[in-house]
Amino acid sequence: MAGNEREGGVAPVQVRGTVLTVRRVDAYVAMTVVAPAIATRFRPGQFIAIAVGGQQSGMLARRTFPVHDVRPDHGGTVEFVFLPREPGAQWLADCRARDVLDVVGPLGRPFPMPRDPASCLLLGVGAGAPPLFALAARLTERQSATDFLLGAESADRVFGALTARRTGRSAVITTADGSLGSRGSVVDMMPTVVQQARTDVIYASAPVPVLRSVCAMAGRYGIPVQALVSEPAMICGTGLCMGCVLPVVGNDGITRMVRACVDGPVFRGDVVRWDDVGTIPFDALGAPGWKPRPAASGTGPVTEGRSHVG
Amino acid sequence: MPADLRTRVGHLDLPSPILTAAGCAGSGREIAQFTDVARIGAVITKSVTLEPRAGNPAPRMAETPSGLLSSIGLQGPGLDGFLQRDLPWLLSRGARAFVSVAGHTSREYGELSSRLSDSAGVTAIEVNLGCPDAAAAGRPFALDPAAAGAVVAAVRGSARYDIPVFAKLSPEVTDIVAVARACVSAGADGLSMVNTLPGMAIDPVTFRPALAGLSGGLSGPAIRPVAVRCVWAVREALPDVPIIGCGGVRTGRDALEFLLAGASMVALGTVLFHDPSACSRVQRELEEELAARGVDRVSDVVGRAHQTDGYAAERRSWV
Repeated sequence: MAGNEREGGVAPVQVRGTVLTVRRVDAYVAMTVVAPAIATRFRPGQFIAIAVGGQQSGMLARRTFPVHDVRPDHGGTVEFVFLPREPGAQWLADCRARDVLDVVGPLGRPFPMPRDPASCLLLGVGAGAPPLFALAARLTERQSATDFLLGAESADRVFGALTARRTGRSAVITTADGSLGSRGSVVDMMPTVVQQARTDVIYASAPVPVLRSVCAMAGRYGIPVQALVSEPAMICGTGLCMGCVLPVVGNDGITRMVRACVDGPVFRGDVVRWDDVGTIPFDALGAPGWKPRPAASGTGPVTEGRSHVG
Repeated sequence: MPADLRTRVGHLDLPSPILTAAGCAGSGREIAQFTDVARIGAVITKSVTLEPRAGNPAPRMAETPSGLLSSIGLQGPGLDGFLQRDLPWLLSRGARAFVSVAGHTSREYGELSSRLSDSAGVTAIEVNLGCPDAAAAGRPFALDPAAAGAVVAAVRGSARYDIPVFAKLSPEVTDIVAVARACVSAGADGLSMVNTLPGMAIDPVTFRPALAGLSGGLSGPAIRPVAVRCVWAVREALPDVPIIGCGGVRTGRDALEFLLAGASMVALGTVLFHDPSACSRVQRELEEELAARGVDRVSDVVGRAHQTDGYAAERRSWV
């Protein structure tokens, strides 16, 4: 289902945005682009898709980045954060102020907000952390408490530790090598944090193996999770290419292969079949050998009537 | 004055020769956020299968130089879902629907065509011959003139007489003209060229193929010269058969190249992933390219490259 027909969503736009600033933040590059039409439509959790390599680029896939924050200056700016590793991201990191980029956004399903003030745990790993800060600001506006649990391989990969400490009710940092905060993974620290903060809901943005562990653990505590996925990699970001599918259980109990870019990137943690990401489960709608059940209509879109926890 | 893009193929009247290629415009809703689907020639739909299909596991796509490798596996809602939701939506937006059909046996293709003919609003049928033939150990129909002809005959035999049938051919053959002739003899009203080329990429990080399906179909500007040559060769052999040119078109100038080679219509595929508003842009660029060369009607340039005299040689210095 198209982004503009979803709950509370508005249509994405394609704009030519002027780069305002490019700065290094530890291992990351933070880039701000003037794009009022995207900034005004944006809700936390949504992402943008940028064409890289110029007009006649040989790199045809758009690079997609979760939005870190939007600001009202210059009519509206959008900031995103990335690791300049692959050639497309390197090209982007080499852009300078006043360069013009082809940007599409805001895309995808945003984080649902709790109706009443709640104790929210914001869990981010590595490059997954940036989208949590716009969410934290929105939650704070609505009188919800925010506790941060951030992790990465090493200190230079922990994004936003200072902001988390300054703006969150609490902030716990973990690194795999122990160079910042406690040594270990966010999953190790999660039980302690959840109990101390009396967490009502978890917002998580991390690689799939971490999300799988977080959702399994949260399930044992009975805490709902809203998970922002970054895999499988997106090619177009707009729902056209069908590249970024993962198995998700619908309200009717039927598993469908849904696109992370359109039906996500934020999913309720308990509906994603984390163990089966990267496969087609044998019981998924339309899997090889699949037969329509006589009673099930079996073709309704997965999002219809889906309740959103938060 | 911008050139007249109206295109007449058989009894079809299209406002423009620019179409979206099969499988590259989603259900139509995704592309409609960026382009008015009523103003392009037609939307060629994702290939429709009889039953819903989950497709292949991810990763399904990989970026290669000026191209994309994909192995989606025809994920889709099946014929019922298409007829209930996607086709009515396209019609409600004023789009013309060229419905791409896919199956594993001639019977499946026939059943799809007959059921599509029963529902109003199908402008044309495109036969995706890139599917594995169950009767030939999974060899795609498009690789064998006889198999391709048999499928086209099944479709033509079950489709309503006034729905034109286009056969989509693969460039992965030694003699594409032979396959084209077989399809036309079997009743195809037109041809669509080309489907993707098989390709593979290995991930240097994991040391494994980049796609879960191991190999995939290569599309994008990387294959454009291959596609242009196929269009040229078939136009040369079968000058009266309408052709949908497809393969790596990115700009109005690229579309013009296909028209000159002999295509009456040009479908945009992979470029839509890179630029979702490419349909509107390419249409505008094509109008400008034609106007800059003093061409009034797009139909005047179709197949023009086959005439031995160059066009307005004195003008080329400034165009």
